[in-house]
Amino acid sequence: MGRIQQALRGALLMDFWSAFGLGMRYFFAKKATLNYPFEKGPLSPRFRGQHALRRYPNGEERCIACKLCEAICPAQAITIEAEPRSDGSRRTTRYDIDMTKCIYCGYCQEACPVDAIVEGPNFEFAAETREELFYDKAKLLENGDRWEREIAKNLELDAPYR
Amino acid sequence: MTDFIEQFGVWGGLGMALLQILAFAVVLLISLAFLLLMDRKVWAAVQMRKGPNVVGAFGLLQSFADFFKFVFKEVVIPAGADRSLYLLAPLITLILAFVTWAVVPAAPGWVIADLNVGVLYLFAMSSLGVYGIIIGGWASNSKYPFLGALRSAAQMVSYEVSIGFIIVTVLLFAGSMNLSDITEMQAGGFWNWNVLSFHAWPMPMFLVMIPMAVIFFISALAETNRPPFDLPEAESELVAGYQVEYSSTPYLLFMVGEYLNIVLMCAMTSILFFGGWNDPFGLDVSDWPYMASHAWYFFWFAAKIVFFFFMFAMVKALVPRYRYDQLMRLGWKIFLPISLAAVALVGAAVVYGPQG
Repeated sequence: MGRIQQALRGALLMDFWSAFGLGMRYFFAKKATLNYPFEKGPLSPRFRGQHALRRYPNGEERCIACKLCEAICPAQAITIEAEPRSDGSRRTTRYDIDMTKCIYCGYCQEACPVDAIVEGPNFEFAAETREELFYDKAKLLENGDRWEREIAKNLELDAPYR
Repeated sequence: MTDFIEQFGVWGGLGMALLQILAFAVVLLISLAFLLLMDRKVWAAVQMRKGPNVVGAFGLLQSFADFFKFVFKEVVIPAGADRSLYLLAPLITLILAFVTWAVVPAAPGWVIADLNVGVLYLFAMSSLGVYGIIIGGWASNSKYPFLGALRSAAQMVSYEVSIGFIIVTVLLFAGSMNLSDITEMQAGGFWNWNVLSFHAWPMPMFLVMIPMAVIFFISALAETNRPPFDLPEAESELVAGYQVEYSSTPYLLFMVGEYLNIVLMCAMTSILFFGGWNDPFGLDVSDWPYMASHAWYFFWFAAKIVFFFFMFAMVKALVPRYRYDQLMRLGWKIFLPISLAAVALVGAAVVYGPQG
């Protein structure tokens, strides 16, 4: 009986028609596509994107050149050189991140005692050349200035959980 | 063409024939661009995607963008390949795919060559199509293309047998090998189409012809290497089969040829079983002005092609690939006996039936 039934199912293309019905249901279903450059998906406040060096509201840079981020960086992407500034405070003279080495683990922002180095919500920083991805201090500070509002918001949203 | 030469002299006749060929080719290629897009859109819709929607409104110009992308790329010829055969193979595929369209009637009188052996010609040309694939696979001088070409040869040869017998049933029925005659015989409403064939009433021919139409459609899938019979280009096993080493324009030619064959198979299904240019209501438009009535006929022919192309696309979206032994079993052990029996039945009906 089983074999006859199977043969009948095959002869009448039952499996195909049921698949066709299912396919047509999906055909008219709401599409899951996101029109990416025009629409963007939601990002978690914890999203780890492009790095930025932040400043205090008075314009003073936060980084105190403790080099904890350099020490913890598993990919050794961070290079820091430091000297006392004229007012006697300890500041970096050089803060480079090699974005081609970085694995976006977020350890640098976890290690930072003053929330200076953070990974912001920006993920659209593809470049045409390799050199453009070797970020220096000026570039990182500029990122910080540009993304400060979003970064501050994300830090505030994530604060209850840490 | 001979009537053209009688009508317009040698040069005028040749010119008229050339113009006709040009019209056919241009219409075919442009509609092919949109059918290709439709294929991708249908596939995307079933997977809840939107498909190409960036180039032009709703992505309508996507195929043209792809065309330019292919044409501007570098033609890479593998070091070990046989250069001339390697470049000849896609040309063979494309030319055979185009040449076959010469006998397809799009509306009454709208056919390049109204051959009396149109079906034979069509069958011969589509059988030759396997050469493009075999030569391409062999000339690439590489493992995957060769395996793909071998599979494809075996597959196309086995399904051609059952397609041949199915066509014979229609021929016995129509009593003509001229595709225009076959279409005209089915005029006067969908109940007269070969798939239902109530013009043979009181013989219940639809009991034979409906399965024949279904088997023809499935064999057409196998013949054009479409899923679920896309073993020659099974991505998971052979990467892209005989097309692995092809890039740029040669690949484009292969692809255009393949899609032309698919559209041809859709046209064949509609001509042989679903009334070709005849509308389903049996409307009499013979007293309409020439252009209006022919546009009406052409509309129905095109609509049927689009419908069957939609079915081709849906099958591609839905059905998983057959294993090689399953493919051979289906072709030789199921389709061949059934179509042979159908030939015998239809032959008997024609000889001993009420019209015989």
